[in-house]
Amino acid sequence: MTSFFLNKKKLPLLLTIIAILMFGFGFALVPVYTLLCKATGINGKTGGPTQLGLLEEIDNTRWVTIQFIATNNANLNWAFYPKTTSIKLHPGENTLIYYYAENNSGKAMTVQAIPSVTPGKAAKYVKKTECFCFTQQNFKIGEKRDMPVLFHVDANLPKEINTLSLSYTLFNADKYKKAATSEKQGHL
Amino acid sequence: MNSIEHAVDQHAPYNSQGFFSKVTRWIFTTNHKDIGTLYLWLSLIMFFVGGAMALLIRAELFQPGARIISPEIFNQMTTFHGLIMVFGVIMPAMVGLANWQIPMMIGAPDMALPRLNNWSFWILPFAFALLVSTLFMSGPAPNFGWTFYAPLSTTYGPKSTDFMIFSIHLLGLSSILGAINIIATIFNLRAPGMTFMKMPIFVWSWLITAFLLLAVMPVLAGVVTMMLADRHFGTSFFNAAGGGDPILFQHVFWFFGHPEVYILIMPAFGVMSEVIPTFSRKKIFGYKFMIYAISVIAFLSLLVWAHHMFTSGIPLVSELFFMYATMLIAVPTGVKIFNWVATIYKGSVTFETPMLFAIAFLFLFTLGGFSGLMLSIVPADYQYQDTYFVVAHFHYVLIPGSVYAIMAAIYYWLPKWTGHRYNERLGQWHFWLTVISTNLTFFPMHFLGLAGMPRRIPDYALQFADFNMIATIGAFIFGFSQLLFLINIVRTVRGKGPHVSNQVWEGAHGLEWTLPSPPPYHTFSSPPTIDECK
Repeated sequence: MTSFFLNKKKLPLLLTIIAILMFGFGFALVPVYTLLCKATGINGKTGGPTQLGLLEEIDNTRWVTIQFIATNNANLNWAFYPKTTSIKLHPGENTLIYYYAENNSGKAMTVQAIPSVTPGKAAKYVKKTECFCFTQQNFKIGEKRDMPVLFHVDANLPKEINTLSLSYTLFNADKYKKAATSEKQGHL
Repeated sequence: MNSIEHAVDQHAPYNSQGFFSKVTRWIFTTNHKDIGTLYLWLSLIMFFVGGAMALLIRAELFQPGARIISPEIFNQMTTFHGLIMVFGVIMPAMVGLANWQIPMMIGAPDMALPRLNNWSFWILPFAFALLVSTLFMSGPAPNFGWTFYAPLSTTYGPKSTDFMIFSIHLLGLSSILGAINIIATIFNLRAPGMTFMKMPIFVWSWLITAFLLLAVMPVLAGVVTMMLADRHFGTSFFNAAGGGDPILFQHVFWFFGHPEVYILIMPAFGVMSEVIPTFSRKKIFGYKFMIYAISVIAFLSLLVWAHHMFTSGIPLVSELFFMYATMLIAVPTGVKIFNWVATIYKGSVTFETPMLFAIAFLFLFTLGGFSGLMLSIVPADYQYQDTYFVVAHFHYVLIPGSVYAIMAAIYYWLPKWTGHRYNERLGQWHFWLTVISTNLTFFPMHFLGLAGMPRRIPDYALQFADFNMIATIGAFIFGFSQLLFLINIVRTVRGKGPHVSNQVWEGAHGLEWTLPSPPPYHTFSSPPTIDECK
């Protein structure tokens, strides 16, 4: 090892490789961060679609209050709000609520809603069967929609949590269009 | 290395007759002393450029509501002041000192990779030309602070941000090449008998700094590359609309950014460990522990980045981890401070200008360290964050820390480099004006911050007026007293001032003091013998 370090030709090469590896490490932080967030819920992100909680036990002994929040990112000129602002339910119970969205921007637009749960450690217990946030949404000029969230809270939710908030931020995703978008008309 | 050139003239690079050959001498030079000089001049020029920007900021803040510069320009000035002082002043100055001193201190004929060394320097003027050119473009220059947080620098960044991105790529490349060169020099070119545990602490501190540079500068290059991709190639590393996360930017940036502040201070620790023993006429107290302490600080610096993000919504458990890890850094730093004090204790101390700066460093850097400890406490940080308390903190560690150390180093080694003593009287004036005005500028900022004055805002509420006025007056005294520094350097370089002996300072130890003053163009072409008593 010592002789390797003292080798005049190999040492700069080794150091260059270290620099290149560290450049790669910077990029490796991206998936590591995503995985870490998924595992621990530290940024409050919820998971993808899950089965309806039909087989799950409903914990009738306690109530959880769920508050719904909507935010428009940047200067997005949309009407966007939850039709139900707060509900009380038992863990394990399935619920369907709607968010209202209206495209007032004066042009056709693709949007993406990004969910976030507070407190963060409750995120992985929020199980969504259907959500408008699973795909991008295409809206025509002036189009109005009620967008569904069908979800339940897992009965294993830690006992100390009795209130949680589910927030959606609406982003303009025109620049990030994906193939699988939804144009289906929600109930109004 | 050219052996013919060596044989012809010991003292001059080569016959530099006429303007053209004088210019090409500096452009094509591979000599560590020439390149060290180039780095130091670049740093001095950028010091005045970045300083002028700071004075514009302070002039705007002299009175509430004043409109000397528009808020847009104010934002650009805070951005440029930070970027220039970090990448254009402190880093090049430290690399310049390394270039001059490391070969002379370990008995090497030159740096290990002289051509690469030339390249690492000459990238810099182009990088800064690219950066500063944005100020002259139509449309705003980068205006989001030196930390260029996404989405301010991606979704909302002005078009000129791309120039900043490439400029940072170049700066990073220069630093990485410099770091490789320094590590290769220290590993391969030590004189026989110069074992690792005999190396001067300045060399040790630079060895560890170079490894830290190698670890984090590529990550900075990575993060600006991601920004570039987000801006132009449709990716969304930092944009939630496409599945990214803006908080990720802060994690990756501060993974670089926190070690970066230690990169700025650790060579300063090395300088202090040379200056204080010389003027105390004692050996450094606890040589080994000084080295262990730097190593521990370097290691811990990689594990504390999220203390810059306490209020960004990270979970409690991470806040606790990063709080304790941050507090832990105070332990090895305390070891260093106490060892320097123990070195001074019962020494025959004289107070020449380098020593004055060293003593001011001890007091004021420690003060900055303490406000850092206050900021590391999570609940307190919720109050202090983004206020002038933070501004006071990092200016106290960067000015009395890095900048005073650079000034101490220049006063300490300039007689060796030029063969002439600087003007001691002018040096003392420079010191006292600098130290008084530093405190006049930054001490009131603690109070402003605790009272809630936010950072990066071109105006403030009336109750902050008095302290801001004091800070501005201090800043102008600080800025103009640096002209004394410039005058002193130019005088000494041009040969004003008495000749000095090889030894220069009575209490100085180390190989560089065995060389003539000024040292010949090529030194230690045959390695020196290292005596045991070092």
